[in-house]
Amino acid sequence: MSLNATLFGMAVWFILLIWFAYAKIWPPLVGAIDERRKKIAEGLAEAEKGKAALADGEKQKSLILKEARDQAGEFKALNEKQAQSLIDEAKAQAKVEADRIIAAAHASAATELQKAREQLRDQVAVLAVAGAEKILKREVDAKAHADMLNQLKAQL
Amino acid sequence: MASSYSSPSEYISHHLTNLRVTVGDFWTINVDSMVMSVVVGVIGLGAFWLAAQRVTSGVPGRFQSFIEIVLEFVDTTVKDVFPGDRSFLAPLALTIFVLVFMMNLMDLIPIDFVATLMGAFGVPHWKAVPSTDLNITFAMSFTVFLLIIYFSLKAKGAGGFLHELFTAPFGSHPGLWVPNLAINIIELVAKPVSLGMRLFGNMYAGELVFMLLGLLGMLGGLYTAGSIVLSWGWAVFHILIIILQAFIFMVLSAVYIAMAHEHH
Repeated sequence: MSLNATLFGMAVWFILLIWFAYAKIWPPLVGAIDERRKKIAEGLAEAEKGKAALADGEKQKSLILKEARDQAGEFKALNEKQAQSLIDEAKAQAKVEADRIIAAAHASAATELQKAREQLRDQVAVLAVAGAEKILKREVDAKAHADMLNQLKAQL
Repeated sequence: MASSYSSPSEYISHHLTNLRVTVGDFWTINVDSMVMSVVVGVIGLGAFWLAAQRVTSGVPGRFQSFIEIVLEFVDTTVKDVFPGDRSFLAPLALTIFVLVFMMNLMDLIPIDFVATLMGAFGVPHWKAVPSTDLNITFAMSFTVFLLIIYFSLKAKGAGGFLHELFTAPFGSHPGLWVPNLAINIIELVAKPVSLGMRLFGNMYAGELVFMLLGLLGMLGGLYTAGSIVLSWGWAVFHILIIILQAFIFMVLSAVYIAMAHEHH
């Protein structure tokens, strides 16, 4: 085993390989790895951002929901009040109408009574005259005694 | 097969001999080591290149995921020893890891398989594991050594580097210059030598064990069965060594170059 020119041959080949690795192999491979690393970091950051946005949205959602609920409650209360007032108004109107109808009925009943009374008076007068005729057995001159009869009617 | 050798020593020496093309004494090329280094380098880094061609920053496929796992592993390892700019050191570490791993991996091909196959084509010797060749491991470790010097000069300047050679670690007194320089030279040279020797030694020893088990198989009968079982066991254990040695070479290179950036 002695040293010989293989030493130089191998050294040249070795240096060639080092240059090749330095120029042609290492940069593209490491570049790709670094780029992927960057991509992953960006993806993670995006995911983090998305998560934050989601939480934000959730918060906003609950806020809007609460507002809507409050508004709905307000509307409901308002509606109830309005309905109550409508009912009250209707009730008042109905009462007025009822009073009016009752009053009208009272009035008509009073006139009926008056009318009946008048009729009764007339008939009583006729009856009284007839009675008197029978008693006197003679005809009473209605015309002659009209005054007297009218007086009697008025007294009834 | 192994039985075609006349003696055990011939078997061993045959398997330890590189296929050589010689011009001068030093000007010899170990063709098998060179060819195997180029082939495993092309396969190993070619896989990474293929992944780099089709890379996507979206959802990666299985192949890309595997490549990225290896890449991240190397990158984190380098980051642990050198927190600065890794745009050169990390690809260097990746090259070392992949290349050494692939070279060591050849050790898992059954030892006689390659020699016999190449023999059938008329090739007299073929060592399939480049990292069992000291030339290959030293070529890599001394390239790392040059990088250590280069980054030392770059980080400290020529003056700073020289100043450090003479004044660290004992002090700047003129009487200490010589011991300082001696220590620093030993320290500097020890790095690539130990780096290359460690890988070579581990793989060479592993290869030798396979050879001895192959010799055992030549005895026939129960010995052959035992040889197969033991070779299998050693191969399983060797998987650990293959990865470990690739990892150690990578980490130590990164540590040495990271140290070159430091000021004493």
